[in-house]
Amino acid sequence: MNINDFLSSPPLSQHRPEPDDLIVLSSRVRLARNLRQLPFPGFAKKNDRVRVLETIRPAVESLPTMVDAFSATMDSLTNLDKQILVERHLISREHAAKSVGSGFVLNKEENLCVMINEEDHLRMQSLRPGLQIKEAWKAINQMDSTLEKKLDYAFSPELGYLTACPTNLGTGIRVSAMLHLPALVLSEQINQIVQAVNKLGLAVRGLYGEGTEALGNIFQVSNQMTLGELETDIVERLSKVVAQLIEHEQNARATLLEKKSKTVYNHIGRAYGILANAHSMSSKESMNLLSLMRLGFDLSLFQGADRILVDELFITTQPAHLQKRFTEKLTTEERDFLRADMMRDRLKDVSRPMTDKNESRRSPLDKPAE
Amino acid sequence: MICDVCKQNIASVHLTQIVNQETKKIDLCEPCSKEKGVDDPTGFSIADLLLGLGAAQELEQSTGGKQIKCPSCGFTQVDFKKAGRLGCSECYHHFNEGLETLLKTMHKGTRHIGKMPQFYRNTQDLTTKLVNLQKKLEKAIADEQFEKAASLRDELRLLNTQLKDTTP
Repeated sequence: MNINDFLSSPPLSQHRPEPDDLIVLSSRVRLARNLRQLPFPGFAKKNDRVRVLETIRPAVESLPTMVDAFSATMDSLTNLDKQILVERHLISREHAAKSVGSGFVLNKEENLCVMINEEDHLRMQSLRPGLQIKEAWKAINQMDSTLEKKLDYAFSPELGYLTACPTNLGTGIRVSAMLHLPALVLSEQINQIVQAVNKLGLAVRGLYGEGTEALGNIFQVSNQMTLGELETDIVERLSKVVAQLIEHEQNARATLLEKKSKTVYNHIGRAYGILANAHSMSSKESMNLLSLMRLGFDLSLFQGADRILVDELFITTQPAHLQKRFTEKLTTEERDFLRADMMRDRLKDVSRPMTDKNESRRSPLDKPAE
Repeated sequence: MICDVCKQNIASVHLTQIVNQETKKIDLCEPCSKEKGVDDPTGFSIADLLLGLGAAQELEQSTGGKQIKCPSCGFTQVDFKKAGRLGCSECYHHFNEGLETLLKTMHKGTRHIGKMPQFYRNTQDLTTKLVNLQKKLEKAIADEQFEKAASLRDELRLLNTQLKDTTP
């Protein structure tokens, strides 16, 4: 089956059931596992990698949670397909570069996915919309317990699950949440917050963009340490920090509205203006503007429109998703035109942000009109 | 400033990360930063980078400059220096000494206390039971409760065969 027929439509993939989940976009838990005695993927010859793939892939496919799953070897996917999977956060960029001897399995609900022969033999992830870190851990723990009966894991009672990189040793767990923090960025508190979270042994990264730049004001918080701590403690610690980040973001939003409402409305109004009227737009610019528009939705400034629209555009305007809709290979410039066309079209029925309730505070004109 | 990785080019990418209140700095040149995936914020951690550098020296020192080769997969310290990753699960056993200090700086502890595969949980439970029974048996003999000692001895035998059965 083609991956594009399998994946849910972008609006569906972005659907979050809880209204509380305005700030936390998604939660995920990943476990790294390897098979005993076989060399790790980075050091293995092709034959060994194929052997590992042929052992793990059927074991994963046979899981009850994997009925009607999508399963493929990485060499059978086109570069565009792989890029789509990266943009959906289902595989890493590293895995997208893999070919023969690597594989990918995704369940029908698109909330459990497995990378075979990425950095480790087996990397399984559980994904959940919104703030559901504990649920994600439960799901992946269960999957791991079923798989351990079918696969001979490399495990040592002293060091735990043995991984290619010592940074993942022990539990092999990476717990993370994706957060949208525009007010902390606008109020310039974000660096301070990032440093405080770092001190707790957690990493904060911009999800898109290079270096410290966080495009679309989207950040990923994750644990760094994996050895000498219980999985449940790591999950608990991350949940607590995320809860605090939500509170900080909410406070920052309230303060901004109280003290600098003009600035906030100006940002959102301009973002809407450009998105709804531009004729050329880079993916970088679109991410930053969509982030501001999303904030506008959170503040109920876009009456009558569905906020899922912004989340959908966030996905569909990414380079590979855009390219997918056209047969010919697009240049960057062409993509920028088409992206702007798409934005104008999708936003044509969204009326401008309703900030009128505050407009009575506007200073009255001191001269009557002629 | 020279690149920490290739030690040749001028470093133009400077990274600082605070992990556990410890500041870690690294300077890279453009090509090395690309190669190490610094431009991929989703997959990058400075710990991984430092690992490839300091860790390799650590491994070398722990063996007194002697070249160790993993008998299972043929992996050497030189490979570790290049990749910052180990060769196979057996490598942890053979490079044990050099890794110890490294793990200390990276993690909360150096001993795993998390989840275990069912098989290990079983053997661990059995082993604890075995040790407890052994103690009871010794006490029974010391107290000259020979009837009790005999039944304890039978229980011990049973456990021992169970333990043998679970070992692959």
